[in-house]
Amino acid sequence: MRALAALFARDLRLAVKVGGGAPMGVLFFLVVVALMPFSIGPDLPLLARIGPAVLWIGALLATLLGLDRMFQADRDDGSLDVLLAGDQPLELVVLVKGLAHWVATSLPLVVAAPFMGLLLNMSGLAIGAVTATLLVGTPSLTLIGMIGAALTVSLRRGGVLIAILVLPLTVPTLVFGVGAVLGAVTDPAPFLSPFLVLCALTLVAFVVGPIAAAAALRQSQG
Amino acid sequence: MVAMFAAPFRATPFHPLMPALLSPLSSFDSVARLQVRDLTVDRGGRRVLDGLSLDVAAGEGLAVTGQNGTGKSTLLRVLAGLLKPTGGELTFVGADPERSIGAFSHYVGHLDAVKSQETVSETMAFWATWLGGAADIDAIEDALVPLELDHLIELPTAFLSAGQKRRLALSRLNVARRPIWLLDEPTSALDVASEGRFAAMMDAHLDAGGLIVAATHAPLGVSRLSAFPLTFGEG
Repeated sequence: MRALAALFARDLRLAVKVGGGAPMGVLFFLVVVALMPFSIGPDLPLLARIGPAVLWIGALLATLLGLDRMFQADRDDGSLDVLLAGDQPLELVVLVKGLAHWVATSLPLVVAAPFMGLLLNMSGLAIGAVTATLLVGTPSLTLIGMIGAALTVSLRRGGVLIAILVLPLTVPTLVFGVGAVLGAVTDPAPFLSPFLVLCALTLVAFVVGPIAAAAALRQSQG
Repeated sequence: MVAMFAAPFRATPFHPLMPALLSPLSSFDSVARLQVRDLTVDRGGRRVLDGLSLDVAAGEGLAVTGQNGTGKSTLLRVLAGLLKPTGGELTFVGADPERSIGAFSHYVGHLDAVKSQETVSETMAFWATWLGGAADIDAIEDALVPLELDHLIELPTAFLSAGQKRRLALSRLNVARRPIWLLDEPTSALDVASEGRFAAMMDAHLDAGGLIVAATHAPLGVSRLSAFPLTFGEG
């Protein structure tokens, strides 16, 4: 436990230092969302209607940005061998790295989402709903993305391949994330049921992500 | 999980809820013998090791030699548990059967596992905690003394030379006491004086009842390391 706590702290520390990927995701998110009103034009009701989808797509793409270095940075300098050779279960090692990655790259994005919602003329209720769904849903994006990161650990320029591998798997999260926000702002549609499915998807990712990523890393050693 | 999130950004000596598992001065759980029988390893569709057997007792060591590509690193990676052998068996006589190989061995590969964004002390504190040793500043300084890196303790590792990085990687052996040392080209990039200091470190480890398996081209300067030549296609 002490070792895993140290790994979490180290990954977080490296992410926020020079060369770490932490600010990249949130900056990309800010740029994409800020450009959206310029490209769509001054149609305020339209912006408000597509706002949740824009925020979710922005978050999804921003999450993918730093993923390729998640295991590769450790592999390049030999740290991954020492981490793998240790007596900690690899699934937990991978989960801790995934959580540190989420805290460093996705949590700032969740915090920025309400301010971006204002740019898109979203109502207070919609902003609250989109922030809640991003908070619950982005861990599943990171944990599923982690599988792609582990599969491409030995490939140079694996980033695009990660996107191709991972994006189809994130569709359910996207559908229920945006669906829950629409449920919150439009009357007959429910908020709670898609939100709970989103929670369930994240819980599934907590199990499947580490197991699959650990298996992929073991395979990469062969 | 609670302890994980409670861990602050600095290197903690140990979390108040978790007692330190091993102090650097405590002796290790000894492993009496490392036995390998008929080890066969395939890599990339090619048989790298074929029917290799070896036997190392506590207080002894092997210097694995051989041309490039004869499987020295592969052997070490198998012993470290990083590679699954195709066949054969690996026995650690006297080791706790409940624990994995990683719990009683140190693996220092040909890469140094040093992050250029961190300082020497941060690097050592992390590896000390990861390997189950004490990570307070005194323990880290003590671990750096044998290879004379203690005066660089606050330096970012980006400013270290190749040899100094190698010494930092080897200093990892001192932060947690473990009976088996698996070393891949440990003295590459080291100067003559550092080679001597590292030989003394290995001598002390063997005196304490440790085991060493080192892949090497250069003589390591420890007489108790018996040569173990590898040739192509056989063990």
